[in-house]
Amino acid sequence: MTRGVWIAAGVLLLTALCSLIVPAMSSYDYFTPHLELVSRPPSWTGGHLLGTDPLGRDLLIRVLWGCRISLLIALVASFMSVLIGVVWGATAGYLGGGADTVMMRIVDVFYSVPFVPFVIVLTVLFGHSLWLMFVAIGAVSWLDIARIVRGETLSLKRREFIDAARVAGAGGARMIFRHIVPNLLGVVIVYATLTVPTVILFEAFMSFLGVGVRVPLASLGTLLADGAADMQAHPHLLLAPACMLTVLVYCFNFLGDGLRDLLDPRRAR
Amino acid sequence: MSTDALLQVAGLSVRYETDHGHIDAIQELDLDLIRGECLGIVGESGSGKSALLLAIMGLLASTARARGSIRFRGTELIDLPTRAFNRLRGARLAMIFQDPLSALNPYLRVIDQLSEVARVHLRCARREAERRGLELMASVHINEPDRRARQYPHELSGGMRQRVMIAMALMAEPEIILADEPTTALDATVQAQILSLLHEVRVRSGASLLLVTHDLGVLAQLADRVGVMRAGRLLELASCEQLFYSPTHPYTRELLAAMPKLRVPA
Repeated sequence: MTRGVWIAAGVLLLTALCSLIVPAMSSYDYFTPHLELVSRPPSWTGGHLLGTDPLGRDLLIRVLWGCRISLLIALVASFMSVLIGVVWGATAGYLGGGADTVMMRIVDVFYSVPFVPFVIVLTVLFGHSLWLMFVAIGAVSWLDIARIVRGETLSLKRREFIDAARVAGAGGARMIFRHIVPNLLGVVIVYATLTVPTVILFEAFMSFLGVGVRVPLASLGTLLADGAADMQAHPHLLLAPACMLTVLVYCFNFLGDGLRDLLDPRRAR
Repeated sequence: MSTDALLQVAGLSVRYETDHGHIDAIQELDLDLIRGECLGIVGESGSGKSALLLAIMGLLASTARARGSIRFRGTELIDLPTRAFNRLRGARLAMIFQDPLSALNPYLRVIDQLSEVARVHLRCARREAERRGLELMASVHINEPDRRARQYPHELSGGMRQRVMIAMALMAEPEIILADEPTTALDATVQAQILSLLHEVRVRSGASLLLVTHDLGVLAQLADRVGVMRAGRLLELASCEQLFYSPTHPYTRELLAAMPKLRVPA
């Protein structure tokens, strides 16, 4: 189990490093078209390991760039959503009563805002940018975490050690952040690592609709969309980013599971 | 009503509202806790003993309503605002729970839980709080306090955990310690150790102890006065000797008669 976690973490780290280093060292870039090299299949000898896309750009470089952008969006947006979700949910659950009702109804209101039009409106107002993706995805994906954290907090609140902490005189913020939040860690980490792949898919979806990352910049989402358009003639254009995405998502899931076990102090060391 | 009473409970009623009507956990209960004494409360399950402690500590569930009066040194505790209550709880009123495993935060090391009390109530700096924590661990006879302090609750034995709870309760030198069946979750041999520790601690600190149990043997060892509760009412309240040797209430007699006898026949 522990070994699996290290392998998953290693693969993710390696992917991240490659996506940073390889494009910087390669003589190809992700945006210059080479019309003499259009849609080459993958080959060991042709200089393009994964072939080229319909504009003659090296697919390996584009996939690695896509990883970089997708990971960046996923990590930043997930971090934001976890931060907001945990604070919001734990506070609502801990306070209970009227405050809880008001805070969770606000979550319900956010839930009922249609996501896609919301992002489209945002792009119209603020233009395309990576920051917008962070904000838009972060603003939507904290809702699930807030709900889960609130539920967990409600059940934690009934545990005796919370009474004991209250008897010890702890209240308010100390109670929430010292006694409740650490006990939520397992759930939150698992959920956060599940949020990362969801966010990657969100981003892919937005990019597919043309409101996400803008060409020529690539994310795994735009690559998938491009590949899908041309998949009968050139399946490698779809397969390469799809495999990359699968590996990333799998590793994040595995990592989440393993981290939960590692972080549980009750687990025998 | 004695003027020496630290805690005066008068006409206390606790009512739980449920979907199927209400349940009276405590009805019209009067009780005084005198400075430095050990008052035992004995009663069967559901007699309202735990509800009494929860009411005193202001920890009743939101579905429960307390009426009447609980005064601690003249301060009315019923419906005391949380902020004011937090200044009392842990500092002047402390509580020891029945099951120390569920009463300790599984994610905090022993020393962190102990020092929290000092940091909240005594406004100690971290290092000072930890030093006091270690001292207290030694004073409740935990071997190798330095090593134990860095462990998590699940790594300690039951008796050890209860010692930690007692140390936590003592941290801010409270005037009243409430104990809710502090030995029920423990082995018989460990029970005896914890009881003698409770006695030692009470004598040393001069705090009053309100001890709730369903074990008359425990009270015979520790209590100065004993109250008998049943169905939310305090049936009898008498000195330990009087209650054990000349009980007045028929239920008390039944209770005493139900105790297993371990004496060798003469």
